Amino acid sequence: MPNIVVLVKQVPDTYSERKLAESDHTLDRDSADAVLDEINERAVEEALLLKEAQGGEVTVVSVGPDRATDAIRKALSMGADKAVHVSDEALRGSDVLQTAKVLAAAVGKVEGYDLVIAGNEASDGQAGAVPAILAELLGVPQLTHARKVELDGTTLKVERESEEGITRLEASLPAVVSVGEKINEPRYPSFKGIMAAKKKPVETLTVADLGIDAGEVGLGNAWTSVLEAAPKPPRTAGQRVTDEGDGGSKVAEYLVAQKLI
Amino acid sequence: MPAERLLPTTEAEDLLALTREIARAELAPLAAEYEEAERFPREQFRLLGRSGLLGLPYPEKWGGGELPYEVYLQVLEEIACAWMSVGVGLSVHTMSCYALIEYGTEEQRERWLPEMLGGDLLGAYALSESHAGSDAAALSTRAARDGDDFVVNGAKAWITHGGQADFYTTMVRTSDDGGRGISCLLVDAKTPGLSAAPPERKMGLTGSTTTQMIFEDARVPADRLLGAEGEGLKIALSSLASGRLGIAACAVGLAQAALDEAVAYASGRIQFGKSIIEFQGLEFMLADMAAAVESSRATYLEAARRRDRGLPFSRQASIAKLVATDAAMKVTTDAVQVLGGAGYTRDFPVERYMREAKVPQIFEGTNQIQRMVIARELRRS
Ligand SMILES: Cc1cc2nc3c(=O)[nH]c(=O)nc-3n(C[C@H](O)[C@H](O)[C@H](O)COP(=O)(O)OP(=O)(O)OC[C@H]3O[C@@H](n4cnc5c(N)ncnc54)[C@H](O)[C@@H]3O)c2cc1C
Repeated sequence: MPNIVVLVKQVPDTYSERKLAESDHTLDRDSADAVLDEINERAVEEALLLKEAQGGEVTVVSVGPDRATDAIRKALSMGADKAVHVSDEALRGSDVLQTAKVLAAAVGKVEGYDLVIAGNEASDGQAGAVPAILAELLGVPQLTHARKVELDGTTLKVERESEEGITRLEASLPAVVSVGEKINEPRYPSFKGIMAAKKKPVETLTVADLGIDAGEVGLGNAWTSVLEAAPKPPRTAGQRVTDEGDGGSKVAEYLVAQKLI
Repeated sequence: MPAERLLPTTEAEDLLALTREIARAELAPLAAEYEEAERFPREQFRLLGRSGLLGLPYPEKWGGGELPYEVYLQVLEEIACAWMSVGVGLSVHTMSCYALIEYGTEEQRERWLPEMLGGDLLGAYALSESHAGSDAAALSTRAARDGDDFVVNGAKAWITHGGQADFYTTMVRTSDDGGRGISCLLVDAKTPGLSAAPPERKMGLTGSTTTQMIFEDARVPADRLLGAEGEGLKIALSSLASGRLGIAACAVGLAQAALDEAVAYASGRIQFGKSIIEFQGLEFMLADMAAAVESSRATYLEAARRRDRGLPFSRQASIAKLVATDAAMKVTTDAVQVLGGAGYTRDFPVERYMREAKVPQIFEGTNQIQRMVIARELRRS
């Protein structure tokens, strides 16, 4: 019966306009609705499917500000059993290395974990590096970009999809898996799930609780920093071609002028 | 701009978030296509059922959500905002369970409610007949007692979910004693002798099937009588008092959808070198639309809070239904105006909203009847 940890992150809703703060280029969390990242919903779903088939327990782990409890509750209302929430002012602006370090310590708090499931890339930062760094820090195999996960006893089999094709990976537990868009269709919570989530345990920890020095994390100590950020330029009107019998050649002329053909 | 809501609990907030997510991902993208094809969204009701949304205001012990009307109605509003036919259907289903909840015996409730609230079944409410609309007490579908059954003959008219529903909460005549000769039967859709006429060809709400239901020697077991014989009209009217709150909430959702569409269009559309939203003539129209939406919402919420506290609320429910549905008609009509020629085409949803807004002024008691209810209370006071 696998003891599964799912990493979840609260991100600005991709349906709303997302912005960076002008002062330090960190995420402007007030400018958009915050939701559980969709790829994390898929990660939770995969954990729940494993649990439904094989038993075990699902713990969600999240690093994020206080209001990330909303995203955690969503995962619990889908059916996860309990949660660990690392929330600390000192973490603001942390980069992927620092975040992975905190996550590794938090995962370590989940006694006897067998499997960590994460989304392959968050829809806000899009670094796509955390699962691999985490596996390295935990000293366990990493099976990233999974589109299919099978667990047989302590043997984990994963199909990884990349532009080159499909790679079949196999490892023994414990291990870290990151899942891609095609892994599954996440379920909606139900009202019963929402009511049940209220009673599920959420352990809230600071970096000090994890034995990490606050001086190692946060914007001021990050290994990377954002120097400049600009919104995508708005799309311009484009050029209209009216077909008066010569539409085809006009389009071709345009493409030649743009050096596209 | 989505509605800003003050909700009583975190669970209510999570429920509204879930509702918006389902509305946005599963309902809104299909609405135009289904309405155009006059296709009934049966699968979407099953999804609402699985999510626990088909019994929200009813007790937990029978599978309901045990939520106050204040919260249930806001869920309904969000659904109607994405797709009016589904919002109205949810309201009608909820109303169709009311008679059993309030008037059934313990045995009847235990037997049928878990299925009715469980999410798989869909209900209908059958009061109107062709000759008995506003004057519902004139209904003549007859139920004659024969051994352990009632034998039902006649035709109910305008039945939302006709031919689609799994059960029909049906008002029938059991004696000639006018309003006191009406009784309420919980009729199983599979009852032999019960059939649906072809759907009405409506101006709007075309995804929602409306039919006559024909009873020809349909035998309904007598243990499906809800309340006492002769109590039917009272049951029907008290169902409607709560149902009207549902229709008010749906109308607010529809008006909100029209307002959102109008604001988005007015921000993008340039005339005379400016966004048309910058012209005062148009901006004031949008402001009036917003005022109508928000005051209607406040009105139904006030009535709902009275209901939740066990206070009399039928006058407030009639006021909410009247105010919200008249507002929805005005707001959707104005939304067409804001979009100009584009608004008059089927390439934009506002002309559909306008067609959909007409019927809430008519069903569950026309707005003339609501005024009668309100005035009757004024006279009494
Ligand atoms: C799409 C749709 C769905 C419906 N769904 C259902 C359903 O699920 N179940 C159900 O039982 N019924 C349903 N109805 C029926 C609906 O409730 C009736 O249409 C409504 O009650 C009005 O009755 P009527 O159509 O016979 O109009 P009438 O009663 O004939 O009214 C015609 C006009 O006269 C006015 N009028 C009537 N009496 C008075 C009066 N005393 N004073 C002033 N004005 C008056 C009315 O306001 C209206 O303007 C539905 C109707 C529609 C259109």
